[in-house]
Amino acid sequence: MRHDLRMGLGDIWPAMLAAVPIGFLFGALAAAKGLSPLEVLVMSALVFAGGAQFAAVELWTTPAPIFALVFSTLLINARHVLMSASLAPKLGGFSLGQKLAGLYYMADENWALAEKRARTHRLTPAYWFGLTVPFMLCWLMTSTLGATIGAAMGDPRRLGADFAFTALFIALVAAFWKGRVTFWTVAAAGIASALTYRLAGPPWHVLAGAACGLLAAWIAAGTEPAAVAEEATP
Amino acid sequence: MTLDPINLLAILGMAIATYATRIAGLALAGRLDLSPRAQAAFDAIPPAVLIAVIAPSALATGWPETGAAAIAALAATRLPLLAVVAVGVVAVVALRAVM
Repeated sequence: MRHDLRMGLGDIWPAMLAAVPIGFLFGALAAAKGLSPLEVLVMSALVFAGGAQFAAVELWTTPAPIFALVFSTLLINARHVLMSASLAPKLGGFSLGQKLAGLYYMADENWALAEKRARTHRLTPAYWFGLTVPFMLCWLMTSTLGATIGAAMGDPRRLGADFAFTALFIALVAAFWKGRVTFWTVAAAGIASALTYRLAGPPWHVLAGAACGLLAAWIAAGTEPAAVAEEATP
Repeated sequence: MTLDPINLLAILGMAIATYATRIAGLALAGRLDLSPRAQAAFDAIPPAVLIAVIAPSALATGWPETGAAAIAALAATRLPLLAVVAVGVVAVVALRAVM
């Protein structure tokens, strides 16, 4: 059990490092919109969803537009339904309480690492919480500190910090590479998401990109046997 | 340190919406009996979602970001996770400086 806990810690720290500048950036942006450090702490602890939190801060006015905030959060996090459905069959060693508590803090990074782990090992609660607890604490601390320090940090773009998540996600996609089907998935998801972002704006791009990526995988997988037969013919 | 009641209400709404999406999969998972083709689509969820989240930053921000994303993708074929992040960040700073 201690081994799995340490494995989780060992796997999550690059994602934690990538999350540090993002956490500071989030806190600083939230402070600029008038949210107090306490409100940032409460939001990070209860919601714990980077993309949705950034979008919420973008939408935030005084008084808070509750419906718009909840709707945007629901749309951006709709992918979690698919993610938890994919993860659920791999949680065999978890009690119901461990599932309900563990999934509360399921984000893109720890979920992706758990999926990667499940391809070669049995997924244990020790591994999951070894990933999740440090990652959650990192997000709480950096976002709250960011809100406290606020605008004094300067422009995070200058250091390229805003690009850390993009590079991290590209690296994570490589871990899921399964050849031709993945290629079409990535191409369709990328183009659909970027186009939707330009034409309709956030949060629709996540939904459109994910949907087109899945559709592309479904189509590409259907043509697989034919393609193999063609290659086999000299 | 203040906690505005309306802000707290909004945060609670966001938290409930998020948690609902995170546990919905528990109810769904047992009922799915997938064909090989549907299984391929299901397996494609991780890359599709990851790419959909970052595509605006990689493809719709500017040429330096698109170039750095391409360099990071190339690095991802042979380097470990953190090295890819480092290469991507250095590339975007360098490309922003020259473009």
